[in-house]
Amino acid sequence: MTHLTIPKTYKLYIGGKFPRTESGRSYEVTTPKGKFLANAALASRKDGRDAVVAARAAQPGWAGATAYNRGQVLYRIAEVLEGRREQFVAEISASEGVSKSVATAQVEAAIDSWVWFAGWADKYVQVAGTGNPVAGPYFNLSVPEPTGVVAIVAPQGKGASLLGLVNVVAPAIVSGNTVVVIASQQHPLSSISLAEVFATSDLPGGVVNVLTGSPAEIAPWLASHADVNALDLAGADALDWVELEIAAADTLKRVLHPEPGVPPRTLDRIVALTETKTVWHTKSLI
Amino acid sequence: MVKDIDIPAGAGFLDYAPAPESTSILKLRDSYGLFIDGDFVDGHGTPFSTVSPATEKVIAEIATANERDVDLAVAAARRAYDKTWSKLSGADRGKYLFRIARLVQERARELAVAESLDNGKPIKESRDVDVPLVAAWFFYYAGWADKLDYAGLGANPKALGVAGQVIPWNFPLLMLAWKVAPALAAGNTVVLKPAETTSLTALLFAEILQQADLPKGVVNIVTGAGATGATLVRHPDVDKVAFTGSTAVGREIAKAIAGTGKKVTLELGGKAANIVFDDAPIDQAIEGIVNGIFFNQGHVCCAGSRLLVQENIHDEVIDRLKSRLSTLRLGDPLDKNTDIGAINSQEQLERITALVAAGEAEGAERWSAPCDFPENGFWYAPTIFTNVSTSSRVAREEIFGPVLSVLTFRTPAEAIAKANNTPYGLSAGIWSDKGSKILAVADKLRAGVIWANTFNRFDPASPFGGYKESGYGREGGRHGLTAYLAASGSSSPRSDNPRGSSSPRSGRIETKGAGR
Amino acid sequence: MNATNSGVTTRTALAPAERATRLLGAELTEKSLRLHLEGLPGVDAVGLEQRAAALGTRSIKTTSKAWALDRIIELIDLTTLEGADTPGKVRSLVAKAVTPDPSSPDTPRVAAVCVYGDMVPDAVAALGALHGDPDDGLISVAAVATAFPSGRASLAVKLADTRDAVAAGADEIDMVIDRGAFLAGRYGEVFEQIVAVKEACRREDGSFASLKVILETGELNSYDNVRRASWLAILAGGDFIKTSTGKVSPAATLPVTLLMLEVVRDWYRLTGEKIGVKPAGGIRTSKDAIKYLVTVAETVGEEWLQPHLFRFGASSLLNDVLLQRQKLQTGHYSGPDYVTID
Repeated sequence: MTHLTIPKTYKLYIGGKFPRTESGRSYEVTTPKGKFLANAALASRKDGRDAVVAARAAQPGWAGATAYNRGQVLYRIAEVLEGRREQFVAEISASEGVSKSVATAQVEAAIDSWVWFAGWADKYVQVAGTGNPVAGPYFNLSVPEPTGVVAIVAPQGKGASLLGLVNVVAPAIVSGNTVVVIASQQHPLSSISLAEVFATSDLPGGVVNVLTGSPAEIAPWLASHADVNALDLAGADALDWVELEIAAADTLKRVLHPEPGVPPRTLDRIVALTETKTVWHTKSLI
Repeated sequence: MVKDIDIPAGAGFLDYAPAPESTSILKLRDSYGLFIDGDFVDGHGTPFSTVSPATEKVIAEIATANERDVDLAVAAARRAYDKTWSKLSGADRGKYLFRIARLVQERARELAVAESLDNGKPIKESRDVDVPLVAAWFFYYAGWADKLDYAGLGANPKALGVAGQVIPWNFPLLMLAWKVAPALAAGNTVVLKPAETTSLTALLFAEILQQADLPKGVVNIVTGAGATGATLVRHPDVDKVAFTGSTAVGREIAKAIAGTGKKVTLELGGKAANIVFDDAPIDQAIEGIVNGIFFNQGHVCCAGSRLLVQENIHDEVIDRLKSRLSTLRLGDPLDKNTDIGAINSQEQLERITALVAAGEAEGAERWSAPCDFPENGFWYAPTIFTNVSTSSRVAREEIFGPVLSVLTFRTPAEAIAKANNTPYGLSAGIWSDKGSKILAVADKLRAGVIWANTFNRFDPASPFGGYKESGYGREGGRHGLTAYLAASGSSSPRSDNPRGSSSPRSGRIETKGAGR
Repeated sequence: MNATNSGVTTRTALAPAERATRLLGAELTEKSLRLHLEGLPGVDAVGLEQRAAALGTRSIKTTSKAWALDRIIELIDLTTLEGADTPGKVRSLVAKAVTPDPSSPDTPRVAAVCVYGDMVPDAVAALGALHGDPDDGLISVAAVATAFPSGRASLAVKLADTRDAVAAGADEIDMVIDRGAFLAGRYGEVFEQIVAVKEACRREDGSFASLKVILETGELNSYDNVRRASWLAILAGGDFIKTSTGKVSPAATLPVTLLMLEVVRDWYRLTGEKIGVKPAGGIRTSKDAIKYLVTVAETVGEEWLQPHLFRFGASSLLNDVLLQRQKLQTGHYSGPDYVTID
């Protein structure tokens, strides 16, 4: 008996749901050799706007979860990803045109990244924060906190379709930020499959919102959006990213500059998307 | 039994007698040049006069640095970085900073008098707050200079190079210290642009650098108006930009340096909420409200300019506040009993006046403390607005003057929501005797500095800086040090991107009026 | 008293006191008193001390200073409270009170002399015609009473102590509160004792000796307690609240005095009634005393700078003020040999 396969409809991921783009547009995703793989949603600026609304709505709750809880959710993502590794290997090797073993290495590295970042959830504050010995009767502590809603242009190139995405999204959300990420334009399939992992991993809806389509079209709207707090241009090196940085300056967004290839997993990326809050309180015995 | 008493003829005891700090300690010159490469030199721009805002009398003539002068200053800083400063050990850099700290302490009274004369702030503030903190800032960062491995960036972090720093007029010498001390400790060299109306103490500081025998060119000071600052931050050979001032100018700077890879710290405006709960230690809260908004005539970016008071104690708080404000003394900044000094400039006075008029036009109720103004100079009486709606301009815009807007709330959640309802996020205050409530509210406020049962405290060990449109980066503490460092593994941030300083980006944006 | 030792409050009605009844209602109980005192706003120690320190930086010059020095003298309760006190010592103290500086006849007199109860007759005798109201340029006699300084005696003894002093001619009684009862939370007991002592201050003609209630703030542990004790003493009928006996360290401090002045200010706002404040012990220099004057003026207003509303309990302060006075008048610094020991 042969089974006629059921191709997947790749949609967007906004607010924990999988809507089609409001624009009704799609674009062809192919192998490097041009073979049709799927039609991906071609997100519009309005999808971007909806994604920011969803991210903002989810932000206080996600930041308010305990660090232990956020760490477990990130670890859960690794668990679910592990269970679906074959699907990711297949998508990556088809889309990037790489061998199964190269694709497997990328998936495994992505799984390991989730585990690595999961462990930071309850530690980055300890490493990046300080207790401040001020000259006076005050308790004084500085702690990093999530900056809010982060818009990300995911790494675009070969080798980055899953790992690049994970290495920019995980450090953003581990501290309690929520994210609107524009996936790799050429290799968007694993981003939507990863969204399916999110949807089944206890990650609250809206914490990560995935847009597929043209970064050049959507990024300017996110860069200038007043309700976005930070802009990660990791995968924007091919765009006119200076214009994006200028647009971001209108509301003094924090901007991370392009990083060609796959950004390494670093504590710096976590801390770069936090704000240091210093709290003073009087101290006295009487 | 209780009878009225005789108050000394003419005036009450509370009027005291004038207790002016002597200006004889100051040995000012008639004119000041730029401080470039260790020497005072003439500027190529048109010189300007700096006046005392309390008397409108000219204090001295000050040079204006044009583009050529800024070039010279940056070049001097680059030479000093390449040839001297980057070759010194951290321990030796630290020793220079310790020297500076001590020299500031030795000349503390002179600096305080100069600051009050030039800025208009009360001598008790320049004497007891500004200048002691300046010394503390240098002392704190001096100790970091040979301990950079512990800054949190791994072993052997690198200096960035030449730092271009533009500072405001509200805390002239203190802002200089906030900028210069960590920059030098981290191994950078500096070109500093003081605010046009308050250059005097920066130039006295240059004399201190000469006394400290700091190598030539390590710190250069270019005076002038906004154009000088704009030229400095856009200069292609500046690696790091640090700016304190208005959000409008900060935004222009962020645009001007976009794509250049310059590392940047921005300390911008604020509209801080000072939240008073009904279980607050009430007498201290009143003092905190007064200190929050009337300290330094309200010329404080982190001033507690929005009082959020729980509705059930609103009337009592306002009542107490008004009687307290009636005891504030406005007048000669050099008088040791002055609480409220002069507004820094005619321009600022006009801005305050205009915003207050807007508040009145929008229906807020205005009350100003009864004050006699001196004949000359720029003055504004401590002012409170009640019945302020959250949409009123006086509740949303930074006034940068002694004007408090009072709003009410009923629950902690409402207080938090109103406090956060602003594009700014620099500071906030919380007053309550209930520790758990304070910590929970502090957690939810979107502001970089939160004072609980106190306000407007500063310390070199304590990071300071804002969320959202109040800027980015922190000054003070270990965080303030890392703002002037890069990890040893990283390529220099200036070569990080292919569109570095030599790209067409340089000069693409006109920055007007940098530095206020 | 019926308050229990277990800390459980009783429903027993407390002795009526006009102020307390007005504020808390006719049925005054230990519980209603406790609820009231514990409902007072808290004090943040750091802020209080900073405010006091800021007031201490006021700079007083020329005419204001001359006025301040004379006013300090007029506000002094010149005090001797030694076990070794004798009639001769008290006579000497009175002489100093009457003529603080023989070399400068325009020096004002102090407000009162303050002595142990058994010395009251000697003080009254020594003052003679000069005994009277400081408002009339005369000098009052204040007596410490109620088993000063510890207060550890039965109520009957305390009341007898008080009546004796009043009968002997004391114009003012400086009583101590029962700090043990206060710290154990038996506010009602403290309240009733003050009420009873106040009653013991009644003279035959129906008038009262002025009652100063010593809180002994150095034993109260917290500023919150100082505020409660101040409020309690006022509710129970005290005319003055006084910081200390002078026998416990710390005695008067500027922050504690500021806090008590704030209570007095709040009481005035609430009732329109003016209560006096007396810091005592540890104020030895003119410079310190001027800080207190500034604190009074800026907290409750200048009208409080008069003998019926503010006093310094001090002994060595007077001579330092006299030295400063001489310096102002002569233009050069004086020395301790130019003022009399007592």
